[in-house]
Amino acid sequence: MLLIECPWCGQREETEFRYGGQAHVDYPSAPAETGDTEWAEFLFYRDNPAGPFAERWMHAAGCRRWFNAVRDTRTNEFLGVYRIGEGQPA
Amino acid sequence: MAHTLPEHPAKLWRNPEPKRSYDVVIIGGGGHGLATAYYLASEHGIRNIAVLEKGWLAGGNMARNTTIIRSNYLWDESAAIYEHALKLWERWPDELDYDFLFSQRGVLNLAHSLQDVRDSVRRVSANKLNGVDAEWVDPDEVAKICPILNTSHDTRYPVLGATWQPRAGIAKHDHVAWALARRCDQLGVDLVQNCEVTGFLKDGDRVVGVQTERGPIRAGRVGMAAAGYSSVLAEAAGFRLPVQSHPLQALVSELLEPVHPTVVMSNHVHVYVSQAHKGELVLGAGIDAYNSYTQRGSVHTIEHQMAAAIELFPIFASAHVLRTWGGIVDVCPDASPIIGPSPLEGLFVNCGWGTGGFKATPGVGSVFAHTIAMGKAHPLAEPYGLERFTTGALIDEHGAAGVAH
Repeated sequence: MLLIECPWCGQREETEFRYGGQAHVDYPSAPAETGDTEWAEFLFYRDNPAGPFAERWMHAAGCRRWFNAVRDTRTNEFLGVYRIGEGQPA
Repeated sequence: MAHTLPEHPAKLWRNPEPKRSYDVVIIGGGGHGLATAYYLASEHGIRNIAVLEKGWLAGGNMARNTTIIRSNYLWDESAAIYEHALKLWERWPDELDYDFLFSQRGVLNLAHSLQDVRDSVRRVSANKLNGVDAEWVDPDEVAKICPILNTSHDTRYPVLGATWQPRAGIAKHDHVAWALARRCDQLGVDLVQNCEVTGFLKDGDRVVGVQTERGPIRAGRVGMAAAGYSSVLAEAAGFRLPVQSHPLQALVSELLEPVHPTVVMSNHVHVYVSQAHKGELVLGAGIDAYNSYTQRGSVHTIEHQMAAAIELFPIFASAHVLRTWGGIVDVCPDASPIIGPSPLEGLFVNCGWGTGGFKATPGVGSVFAHTIAMGKAHPLAEPYGLERFTTGALIDEHGAAGVAH
């Protein structure tokens, strides 16, 4: 089981969290002018790296707030967590 | 007593050094890669083939699945390809001349809610129209088929009935891989282990070979059958795939006397369990929520799995977990695979089988080999092209594939 650090509540067990997939995926800025290929990218395509991955988590059994994390998908090691609106740590 | 396993020959294939050039290179020496090479060599007359495997042969998901074979999927496109696979399974023991313990002991997909019942009855009707053997069975019939299943009414999730596919079953997965490897080798296919593909040789938008940890290998055509690592390969080739890689875990008990005569799956309580020929109970879990390439998952997922198993099979409470393990499954947004040409000429993709690729092994081999040999999708693979994510013609199999693998 993963030990995840909520930026507000501190370290908690994975069972307290929901996973939200890739972080920083923006809704198309001009939906009416967005073509099928771009919609497909937004709806169905997400990065899937073997390595550091910026992703979203939500502390469902705690503060219920969403936050972002960078985790290495080859080891599951969390390289950092950061609040919504904060930039991705280098 | 449980079955004793058949003896197999000491050496089934050569371990050749890779040549500098092949007509076709298949990336991934699992079930899908081997089956594809087998059909390329046996049905399409292409013998100058290499299957490149980064680890050892069939050591990925082919060694990690729960060996369930069935074809009772809802949609026409799915029923067609899975039933094609099941018909080939029925031929393979003779055709490959290898007893890999294919046992058509049937599968029960349980219904525990009124919505489950409606969905199941609908799926049975769809299966019948597609020529797939399927029937709806009530709780009394369920109890006759699988007496150790708790079908009493005073449980939290009572069994309200089930779909029953008698031709479904299990096979011994590693023996299937060995049967294919031996036959591929006999047909002249080079099975090259410890040879990871790290990149692609390109001439403009055309793939003309692969870069490997053992040097460059040129190829007329390249087929990807790399399951969990498909995204990594696609990125190296310069395109994206709509798949996410997750851990999927399974577990076995110690060896027990035969008690479980069939395969039981329950989407609602979330369990699938069969008993292998040797006697161990084989149980599969749900995927872990997060993306990962670690081939391991979280303990609470296994815990949930065992709670579900004991809910349905009280007799299993005294069994013990012998082993748990994980594989990396590449999951598509619509729980259906991707088979067909890639955005690059000369490169073909077979991926996105997610949690259910083992049962499709012969079908994949047959249609992917055709796709590579002809340079365009096999009719059964046509609906499974990458373009469906742009056109919106998704094949949503979450109902039949989402939990039941």
